[in-house]
Amino acid sequence: MHEQGFTHAPLGRLTLESLPLHEPILIGTFLGVAALGLLVIAALTWFRKWGWLWREWLTSVDHKKIGIMYVVLGIIMLLRGFSDALMMRAQQAVAFGANQGYLPASHYDQIFTAHGTIMIFFVAIPLVVGLVNFVMPLQIGARDVAFPYLNNLSFWLTAAGAMLTMVSLFVGEFARTGWLSYAPLAELPYSPDTGVDYYLWSLEIAGIGTTLSAVNMVATIIKMRAPGMTLMKMPVFTWTALCSNVLAVAIFPALTAAFFLLILDRYAGTQFFTNELGGSPMMYWNMVWIWGHPEVYVLVLPAFGIYSEITSTFTGKRLFGYSSMVYATLVITILSYLVWLHHFFTMGSGASVNSFFGIATMIIAIPTGAKVFNWLFTMYRGEIRFELPMMWVVAFMLTFVVGGMTGVLLAVPAADFVLHNSLFLVAHFHNTIIGGVVFGLFAGMSYWFPKAFGFRMDEFWGKVAFWGWVIGYWVAWTPIYIVGLMGVPRRVHHLDDASLQPYFVVAALGAVIILIGILGFVMSIVMGIVRREALRDATGDPWGGRTLEWSTSSPPPAYNFAFQPVVHELDAWHDMKENGYQRPTSGFHPVHMPRNTAAGIYVAALCLVFGFSMIWYIWWLAEISAVGAVLASILHTFNYHRDYFIPKDEIALTEDERTRALAEVA
Amino acid sequence: MNTTSLPSSARRDNGPAGSRAFHLTTEDHDHGGGRATLIGFWIYLMSDALIFASLFAVFGVLSHHYAGGPGPKQLFDLSLVAANTMLLLASSITFGIAMMAMEEGRTRATVVWLALTGLLGASFLCVEMHEFSELIARGATPQSSAFLSIFFTLVGTHGVHVAAGLVWMVTLLVQIGQRGLVMENQRRVMCLSMFWHFLDIVWIGVFTFVYLYGVIR
Amino acid sequence: MVVMNPTGDIAIQERNLILIATGLMLLVIVPVIALTIIFALRYRKGRNPHAYDPHFDHSTKIELVIWTVPLAIIACLGVITWTSTHKLDPFRPLDRISATRPLPDNVKPLDIQVVAMDWKWLFIYPAQGIATVNELELPVDVPVRFSITSTSQMNTFYAPTLAGMIYAMPGMKSMLHAVLNAPGDSWGYSGNYTGAGYQDMRFQLHGVDQNGFERWVARVKSSTDELSTARYLDLDQPSEKVSVMHFSRIAEGIFDRAVNRCIRPGMPCIADVMAKDQATDRGNGPMSSATHEAPMHDATTHASH
Repeated sequence: MHEQGFTHAPLGRLTLESLPLHEPILIGTFLGVAALGLLVIAALTWFRKWGWLWREWLTSVDHKKIGIMYVVLGIIMLLRGFSDALMMRAQQAVAFGANQGYLPASHYDQIFTAHGTIMIFFVAIPLVVGLVNFVMPLQIGARDVAFPYLNNLSFWLTAAGAMLTMVSLFVGEFARTGWLSYAPLAELPYSPDTGVDYYLWSLEIAGIGTTLSAVNMVATIIKMRAPGMTLMKMPVFTWTALCSNVLAVAIFPALTAAFFLLILDRYAGTQFFTNELGGSPMMYWNMVWIWGHPEVYVLVLPAFGIYSEITSTFTGKRLFGYSSMVYATLVITILSYLVWLHHFFTMGSGASVNSFFGIATMIIAIPTGAKVFNWLFTMYRGEIRFELPMMWVVAFMLTFVVGGMTGVLLAVPAADFVLHNSLFLVAHFHNTIIGGVVFGLFAGMSYWFPKAFGFRMDEFWGKVAFWGWVIGYWVAWTPIYIVGLMGVPRRVHHLDDASLQPYFVVAALGAVIILIGILGFVMSIVMGIVRREALRDATGDPWGGRTLEWSTSSPPPAYNFAFQPVVHELDAWHDMKENGYQRPTSGFHPVHMPRNTAAGIYVAALCLVFGFSMIWYIWWLAEISAVGAVLASILHTFNYHRDYFIPKDEIALTEDERTRALAEVA
Repeated sequence: MNTTSLPSSARRDNGPAGSRAFHLTTEDHDHGGGRATLIGFWIYLMSDALIFASLFAVFGVLSHHYAGGPGPKQLFDLSLVAANTMLLLASSITFGIAMMAMEEGRTRATVVWLALTGLLGASFLCVEMHEFSELIARGATPQSSAFLSIFFTLVGTHGVHVAAGLVWMVTLLVQIGQRGLVMENQRRVMCLSMFWHFLDIVWIGVFTFVYLYGVIR
Repeated sequence: MVVMNPTGDIAIQERNLILIATGLMLLVIVPVIALTIIFALRYRKGRNPHAYDPHFDHSTKIELVIWTVPLAIIACLGVITWTSTHKLDPFRPLDRISATRPLPDNVKPLDIQVVAMDWKWLFIYPAQGIATVNELELPVDVPVRFSITSTSQMNTFYAPTLAGMIYAMPGMKSMLHAVLNAPGDSWGYSGNYTGAGYQDMRFQLHGVDQNGFERWVARVKSSTDELSTARYLDLDQPSEKVSVMHFSRIAEGIFDRAVNRCIRPGMPCIADVMAKDQATDRGNGPMSSATHEAPMHDATTHASH
């Protein structure tokens, strides 16, 4: 272990040199972030909201609050991840020939690594998990998820991973390996500094959170559906949430194991993925991609579910081909586990192996295509209202299918031989992730925002967000497809051929247009808050929804439903509206609810300290925080008083208020 | 609980004649945490199984990479492994007996058999640590070859799980001492039981594919 | 667009594949996009109130079409995938010079050994006894057989105009069979990010006729630089933006030793270690002490891929 520079200094390998005191961009960023942070702290203190923040949000085990916190985390990390994108686009727009650009190479390499890592692990996953968290229990008529405490812990573990990654911006360096941190580049001889360690520990911690959350969601959907809601009467979003989370439970262990072995290589000198003494870097590639490919389906399936809900609501029809949609989702789930090798066709596995994985990849296009057609035929003979959520759906359909096409193209191994790791590939996956997942998340957020907060997002700024994203996407990524066909590889920060510059300038322009879209999205929330009275949703059902979440008030009460709903048909709320449902206004009884907990925050904070101290080789702190995290978890199990009853008078009060509000609207 | 049929104790709200009931009028007291604990733990256990599956897959790839050094035939002492296997299997039996005692409500017997299980598990770990230190003293360290890296990691990960199970067991024994076999504690014993038997099954895999197969091939 | 206008037969076939696959999929994509726009406009609320049918949510006929048409297209693509993947397998020797010219009976492929280093390319021409850094000279219409390895990192050997890419991996030997059909200057690079100097890890590709190739060989042979073991080890040190080098002589079996990672004196060759491991498996291995012996001889067998 001595050759790895392990020290016994009290601060490990952390020194003043670890701070980027000579990097103006980072100093400026730090000052900005610090100023913002101080502002928030000052505001919380001035308005005396610390207690409120702690009680109502940070220690809450309410799935609705946790869902919102996940979404807030995702949006904050989106701003960070997108700044990385802007910096890359700016660099690539100017760095030709003699001009080396403004970003030193080692920075650029950290930026593209951080961009991918953050966007997948700390933007896409939290946003998806957040929406599933908020919506799914309401959709199945439950009062919360199966394990509310675990839910809280899962959120804080994810947040801890995100924070550890953010710390790398100001203390030490992040990885310079690409977002999957391949071996042998990620091994000590080629990446000796803290970068890969930050990457590994952040993602191990966040990965545990995601795995536990997935276990929670699956148990919830299996066990806590309302009486009468058989599997084939579940809303499609719940189906996709089930499949996505089953997939997550199945794949995160592979990533956990891969990162664990790489950690052992880097800390204990083992030979898993080294070039020496029998190690096999190829094994690492296989393990991370066994995770990596199904992961994109973990992200896109809930987005597909969102599209199904929105299409059906805004066309005033039941979703076309419900059973077909369910089977398509199941087929996609299973197939996604069988295609991972298409990420390295060029590794020379032989023609038969390559063909198998290529054909398996293409077969996924069949159920995916079936879904697209089903959405189309839901629109057919419908009465389409083009509110914001529906606009996102149409944009998705026009954008995502192109990405799917380029994906099937890349699935032909011999075609991949000339396109692997080119900008064509990069354009393909941004096409599917932005057109599929991101548009779906924006659709879902604008759809369920009124349910969560009681008022709609500002429509004008929502449209600015929409057009910014849609136009920006096409302007940014079409040129990238083209230069990919010109043989330009990914992850380069400077090119010699100046004839390529116009493409990159256009791409940078597209990124700026997307920035307008992002700012528009933020504004639509801000102006929604400012104009919330005018945008108030008093009925709880602003869109004419068809599923159970729309039967509650906006926002729903802590207990979700005063009485356990009973389900008879698919589209349960629509069924209730069609069949003379009358909301009960009396006869309430006390409701059993779980208490708040600080255990999640404490355990996650200790894990954060543990990760940080492992990164910097501060062994004494690592031991203390590890023991502390275990002790905190054990201590938590000694708490047997985790629940309480909401008295029926309180329920009656809340419900009476709603009765009044509904009467006012009528 | 079968969610497709309504609990017979629940009264339905009968609105205007002919309309369907859309909600229950009584509370179902078997709320989330209770009825979902076992299946939730089972799902977690499956994810843990997949971690072991990944490690077994790595073992499959790296198991012949001795880097010119010793392999299973030179290193493994099967008598130690047999002893260890007996200890672990016996501990599963004692846990089973503890479960039966718990079903019959015999708290003291449950505690005694659980403690016995813990002792057997601790003995298992002692034997294993002895085996590891022997190997390292002979120069067969996890750093010497890919085979040894995955051997120590796979068997070691199993050992760490056993250790975690022991910590859990001690905690649970304290909690049973404090509160007796209340519903919550019973659920925890059931989860620990699943965990413990799962580790036993993983050990059968380790014992077969790592030790036995390594020595006879 | 070099990927769309290559000069190597393999790359040309791969380009054609891209076009065929795209065409097949447009058969589905174009109607989908068209229907999306048409339905969005036609069934907009208020445009066509008589068409609104809230109960139209199922049709077996439509489902049949929705599932079978993509299935048929993917089936076609699947067949194309199977055949093209086997035909264009980089390990498979060529069976033609170009679409119009079959392989002559008496042609011997040109052997070129490729070693990817941090961060440059070493090309060894074993038959000619020469080597270069970052310069790949190819005679036109002569099939080339590349044997490829890497010293430390995963790289991809890729010359877009010539053929598709194949990974260059430490301790392993991959292969690429290709042929250049037209003279000219082009370039190649590694498609897998490997760190600081990755960006400039490019090589020049020159396609020349037979005479030009022989003149070039003579020119390289007149260089004063020789690729001895020591020179190789020196070259293997990380370096960036490396300019072209010529080596007039190459050490015996240097590529095999590079694949087996035993160029440095004292390092055990992978093939030897594997043989030893197999003996260990049979019970004839070393005693219980785990000290490594380092056989000090060159590998005479190739480490298999």
